[in-house]
Amino acid sequence: MTSGADAAASYASAAAVEMIGVHKWYGAFHVLRNIDLTVGRGERIVICGPSGSGKSTLIRCVNRLEEHQRGRIIVDGIELTQDLKRIEDVRRDVGMVFQSFNLFPHLTILENCTLAPIWVKRMPRKDAEGLAMKLLERVKIPEQANKYPGQLSGGQQQRVAIARALCMSPKIMLFDEPTSALDPEMVKEVLDTMVGLAQDGMTMIVVTHEMGFARQVADRVVFMDNGEIVEIAAPAEFFSNPRHERTKLFLSQILR
Amino acid sequence: MTAAAYVRTAPEEVLPAPIFERGALAWMRQNLFSSVWSGLLTTALVALALWLIPDLIAWATTRAVWSASDGGPCRIHQDGACWAFIGHKLDYLRYGSYPVAQRWRVDATEIVGAILIAWLLWPRAPRRGLGAVLFFVVYPILAFILLRGSQWLGLPIIDTALWGGVFVSLLTALVGIVFSLPLGVLLALGRRSGLPIVKVASVVFIETMRGVPFITVLFMANNMLPLFLPEAWAPDRLLRPLVGTALFAAAYLAEEVRGGLQLIPKGQFEAAQALGLNYRLMMGLIILPQALTLVIPGVVNNFIGLFKDTTLISAVGTLDFLETIQNAAKDPVWIGPTIAPTGYAFAALFYFAFCFGMSRYSLAMERRLAAGRRR
Ligand SMILES: Nc1ncnc2c1ncn2[C@@H]1O[C@H](COP(=O)(O)OP(=O)(O)OP(=O)(O)O)[C@@H](O)[C@H]1O
Ligand SMILES: [Mg+2]
Repeated sequence: MTSGADAAASYASAAAVEMIGVHKWYGAFHVLRNIDLTVGRGERIVICGPSGSGKSTLIRCVNRLEEHQRGRIIVDGIELTQDLKRIEDVRRDVGMVFQSFNLFPHLTILENCTLAPIWVKRMPRKDAEGLAMKLLERVKIPEQANKYPGQLSGGQQQRVAIARALCMSPKIMLFDEPTSALDPEMVKEVLDTMVGLAQDGMTMIVVTHEMGFARQVADRVVFMDNGEIVEIAAPAEFFSNPRHERTKLFLSQILR
Repeated sequence: MTAAAYVRTAPEEVLPAPIFERGALAWMRQNLFSSVWSGLLTTALVALALWLIPDLIAWATTRAVWSASDGGPCRIHQDGACWAFIGHKLDYLRYGSYPVAQRWRVDATEIVGAILIAWLLWPRAPRRGLGAVLFFVVYPILAFILLRGSQWLGLPIIDTALWGGVFVSLLTALVGIVFSLPLGVLLALGRRSGLPIVKVASVVFIETMRGVPFITVLFMANNMLPLFLPEAWAPDRLLRPLVGTALFAAAYLAEEVRGGLQLIPKGQFEAAQALGLNYRLMMGLIILPQALTLVIPGVVNNFIGLFKDTTLISAVGTLDFLETIQNAAKDPVWIGPTIAPTGYAFAALFYFAFCFGMSRYSLAMERRLAAGRRR
């Protein structure tokens, strides 16, 4: 990965993700305001907040799907800059699961999973397929391997998306509302998969409104509003004893 | 059923549709005789067809002269086509003045091309990726060596001035297709590029080509290419219109491809990036395969247009199929009033057969795509 020459920018950090004074604007609109957040290795963070508060923007900055304009973001010891090489290194270490699954519709489930290991990591096809089958078993759909995404239910597609990300053996997983596009009866199968992942010690940053999941899995809950972090607390504390007025208002609305 | 509550006790019967709602009768009533006017129009058109078509068929078959050794019989039977003329000139129409002993090389090129095209167009064919490489990379080189010749392989060099006929028309269309598709894809990507210079260059090229008639592009290629390039590789007289054709077609294809790229959801780009794919891998493995599949019908329609437009290359002195027909019709042995109509009818049949085939293919692909999207 990064060589000794890069030591100035990358250092062996105890943190998986470090965001220091991060600002981002969309044109004139200040969408992220002075974000400071450190995510430890193996830590599970749940981010919640009202629509438009900047949750997606924040986690998309972590793998540089969005570019921040001020502050520093250091992912697994690599600082994100304009350098394409570093961005690719970071993306190799960070898996992402989207609200709308984003599977590749022209490839089979198995090909969806083996594509990045084969082309990005140069893994031999046989090995990649073995790994993919192992992970598809883990998300409990090995029998769908040769179907196309369009033939699967939403819940199955989202589990494939998780398996696809895991095939790159990421150190950090980002989830952007992974269950909000699902019919209610499929939410559980996806959440169960994520709980299993958490139990295996994966570092996870999850944007979700599934408060049950937050209670069960999160080490800390981050509440965002209006582009800023309003409150960070352990889930027990966060739900039973929210301190900021905006947090209280938000919780009263979603926990009715 | 006035009661507010109701419980079914027996299943309702399933009945066949009334006779006028089914099959051919229903179709005719809806489409041909839905009103007085449409009924009259249908009747009038059927009458017109009954009057014209038998005459046309008789002209082309029963009244036609099928065999003759010169134009004599055709000058006597002036109410029928002179297929004997086509029969005698067929070799010239196919190969132009390509030396008789070497014509197998043209045949071989055409057969290999036909096999590769069938491979690529058949949606369920195995290893189409390999087929694409063979067609777009290996085949052009093979065709060039076979047609032009190579001292080293012992194939005599045949000057392009001797090339002509159907084979030059097919060659022009094929060169247009083989080179314009990759170039069109590059232009489409260039047009979306984040680099301003690449973007501006692509836009200027595309809009210039699309804003100018094809014949103008041909004249420019014919007269201007030699000015730009050094004497040593002053392009061959056949090559110039080929370059013009490929550049012209590329501009149109670029716009087709751009339309396809715009249909790919942003999430596909993001998922590819999130997996660590760089731009080339993302485009080559994820985005272009989907975008190109979406635009197959449009691309094929473009190729139909391109194929018909190749008749214009005769304007810059290339001996294409239509030009060979015109030349052949001037032969004093055959001269007569039915010769030119027969020649043009033959050309029309030839172009129609190709274009109709392409059009059916494109329709079938459209249906396939629609079915795929429903899945
Ligand atoms: N590409 C963009 N250009 C301009 N504004 C944007 C863009 N993407 C997002 N925004 C704006 O930035 C703000 C934050 O968006 P973001 O998607 O991060 O919110 P969110 O917290 O994820 O909301 P949601 O719960 O609805 O997903 C919103 O006001 C949104 O309208
Ligand atoms: Mg969001």
